[in-house]
Amino acid sequence: MKEITKITYREALKQGVREALQNDERVFLMGEDVGRYGGAFAVSKGLLQEFGEDKIMDVPLSESGFVGAGIGAAVAGMKPIVEVMTVNFGLLAMDQIVNNAATLLHMSGGQMNVPVVIRMGCGIGRQLAAQHSHSWEPLFAHIPGLIVLSAGTHEDARHMLAKALKSPDPVIVFEYTSMLNIEKEIPVNITRVDISKAKVRKVGKDISIITYGIGVYKCMDAANELASIGIDTEVVDLRILRPLDEETILASVSKTHKALIVEDAWKSVSISSEISARIMEKIFYELDAPVLRLAGVEVPIPYPLHLEDASVPQKNDIINAVKKMLNHD
Amino acid sequence: MKKEEIEKIIFSILKQIAPDTEPSELALDENIKETLGIDSFDFLQFIITLDEKLNREIPEQDYGKITTMSSLINYLTQNMK
Amino acid sequence: MIEFVMPSLGADMEDGTLVEWRKKKGDTVKRGDIIAEVETQKGLIEIEIFDEAVIEKLLIGPGTKVPVGSPLALINPIHDKAETIVTTTAKKDLIHPIIEKEKTPASPTVSSDDRIKISPLAKRIATENNIDTSTLSGSGENGAITKEDVEKSIAKKLKGALSQEALGTTTEDETASASISIRAAVAAAMSKSNREIPHYYLEKTIDMTKALVLMNKANKERPVKQRLLPAALLIRAVALSLQEVPELNALWDNGLQIRSDINIGFVVSLRKGGIIVPAIPAANLKTIDEIMSALNDIIPRAKALKLRSSELSDSTITMTSIGEGGADSVYGIIYPPQVAIIGFGNISEQPFAENGMLGVRPIVRVTVSADHRATDGLIGSRFLTALNRHLQNPASL
Repeated sequence: MKEITKITYREALKQGVREALQNDERVFLMGEDVGRYGGAFAVSKGLLQEFGEDKIMDVPLSESGFVGAGIGAAVAGMKPIVEVMTVNFGLLAMDQIVNNAATLLHMSGGQMNVPVVIRMGCGIGRQLAAQHSHSWEPLFAHIPGLIVLSAGTHEDARHMLAKALKSPDPVIVFEYTSMLNIEKEIPVNITRVDISKAKVRKVGKDISIITYGIGVYKCMDAANELASIGIDTEVVDLRILRPLDEETILASVSKTHKALIVEDAWKSVSISSEISARIMEKIFYELDAPVLRLAGVEVPIPYPLHLEDASVPQKNDIINAVKKMLNHD
Repeated sequence: MKKEEIEKIIFSILKQIAPDTEPSELALDENIKETLGIDSFDFLQFIITLDEKLNREIPEQDYGKITTMSSLINYLTQNMK
Repeated sequence: MIEFVMPSLGADMEDGTLVEWRKKKGDTVKRGDIIAEVETQKGLIEIEIFDEAVIEKLLIGPGTKVPVGSPLALINPIHDKAETIVTTTAKKDLIHPIIEKEKTPASPTVSSDDRIKISPLAKRIATENNIDTSTLSGSGENGAITKEDVEKSIAKKLKGALSQEALGTTTEDETASASISIRAAVAAAMSKSNREIPHYYLEKTIDMTKALVLMNKANKERPVKQRLLPAALLIRAVALSLQEVPELNALWDNGLQIRSDINIGFVVSLRKGGIIVPAIPAANLKTIDEIMSALNDIIPRAKALKLRSSELSDSTITMTSIGEGGADSVYGIIYPPQVAIIGFGNISEQPFAENGMLGVRPIVRVTVSADHRATDGLIGSRFLTALNRHLQNPASL
């Protein structure tokens, strides 16, 4: 029976972490303030009391240091979940991630896997200004050796970690801080969600809207509004930003013949530019209109709310872009 | 009328109905309608033309007796006056 | 030539009303000139132009309210490098840069006029179907030719091919090319139908004993030339049933449009592949004999591709019959803009229960595929019930 429960994105993440800790004794959580404080975003609140200090580890304020420690633990046979408060601070650990996590398998001639999972808060929406608000997914998706996941829905927030922990290679999981308090319904007693492919969140025939992360709910809202005026959109949630699930993307666009790509990250050299290029390379003769992209404006994310809103695509921008592509008045 | 003449007439009617086929290549025991892809409307035209050319009205209940070349020729020669 | 559009003067502006043109057709304007006055929620705004250009055409008149982005005028830039047009207060746009007016280089529009703007998909379909794209006009963004434009042209070409053949000048080559066009037209119509029409399907098993007994009896008494086929009875029964359930005898064009004429399109398979669907007009006003002679007239001409265009375009519903020895049932795809297709399987002997008794009867499986936008299952079911009633009282057909 499919039972439904209403939970916040935060609670979904927490259930995923708790389940991972219960299922495998090699799993532990480490990060700034994850223990006594309960996590900067309260995702791990109560887990210290439940699992103890060996499993829930507060670390010093040094991203390079503790991400490196996590990588070392992974190499030594553990299954660390490293929480980096936001991806903006993850930049400090970039050397560890790129030069160690992503590279060791290659450098060791295939002898050394690095099964570390690094969770990072990501995206804007809480007026935290430029240094705390950026969308760095494309930067990480650029690096061979990493697997990059993006939890754009509550269901994925709940189940993505289990998938990540199964990987023998380093996985970056992006979680979206602006969604933490949002409540949605998800099925209760489903224990596994297949996260090996992109997911068509809404089937449609007129145009493919391809997105990920924060874009998923925005595009779904836009799709529902467009449906009311007779435009039947298909919404594809990428979920895996590296390696890209090309098959699902190309199948969708081959069906609708039109593609709109939506993301919060800056437009140049982004996930959307990569997808646009692949569509052009692989299925040029299926296109009935130029691919269109809606992406972040190329400025540091501003602090004032109205400017912050204006700096990334919103529901109405998506609706207008679709109407424009379909010549709908 | 000789068997060969009847055969020739049958072939020419069939060729008219199914111009893209070679009726003369039909094996004696092949099902005419199936092999040449003739539908019930074409078949009615065939019966009508047979009647015109041979002056023979084949009743509907006998359609089952004339499914192959051999049975058709047999049917036509036996009942020939 | 480029379009001068209603500029966006901020995120909250959806439309504007043209108050006055300050320039007229033929005027030469230069950067900074005021071309028009537009009334917006923010008051009366003077609209500037950013190019040196000649006004070719004013597209709307004063008092007209149009959404942001709608063309107001056509202008012909004097310099090829001319870029955009846009707005009075560009800084306002910063509020909503997502829908920034991408600086569409004007060059593709103004430069080589002989370069055809066509989507890759449309171009591929056009090439596959031997469509000359220079004859098409585009309905896509900036006048680009889209898949839909090409599909329309293929359908038109088919009609042309058929009416040309109706004149009686058919060569082998022409027949071959007509059959390619027919394939393409069937492909286009069926793809459109499957894409756009939410079909529902119903099926009913109908005992044909009484109808066939009556027909066989009639055929025995008739000369060969006047013999009937079951198809004639079925068409008559369908026509009478449609009189009772007119909702299926209709077209869908922004709503259900019930037709008073009952013109039954009858699917004829072509020997070289493909189908063609000539109409039997006013089938409800014809006797079975008249329907049979209509079939005798139209089927050979259909097979020879010698139909008149009216015979191809006047159907209000389609009927397909698999015929002797074929499949037991057929679920058709609606031919747009019709709203239903009736499918008859092969008539074959089957066990059939009636009044507590089991017997072997000639039965036919009849299906209705209908447009769920236009009608619901109840209507389709009523039709099948009526059809059964008529076929059980063949004397009244």
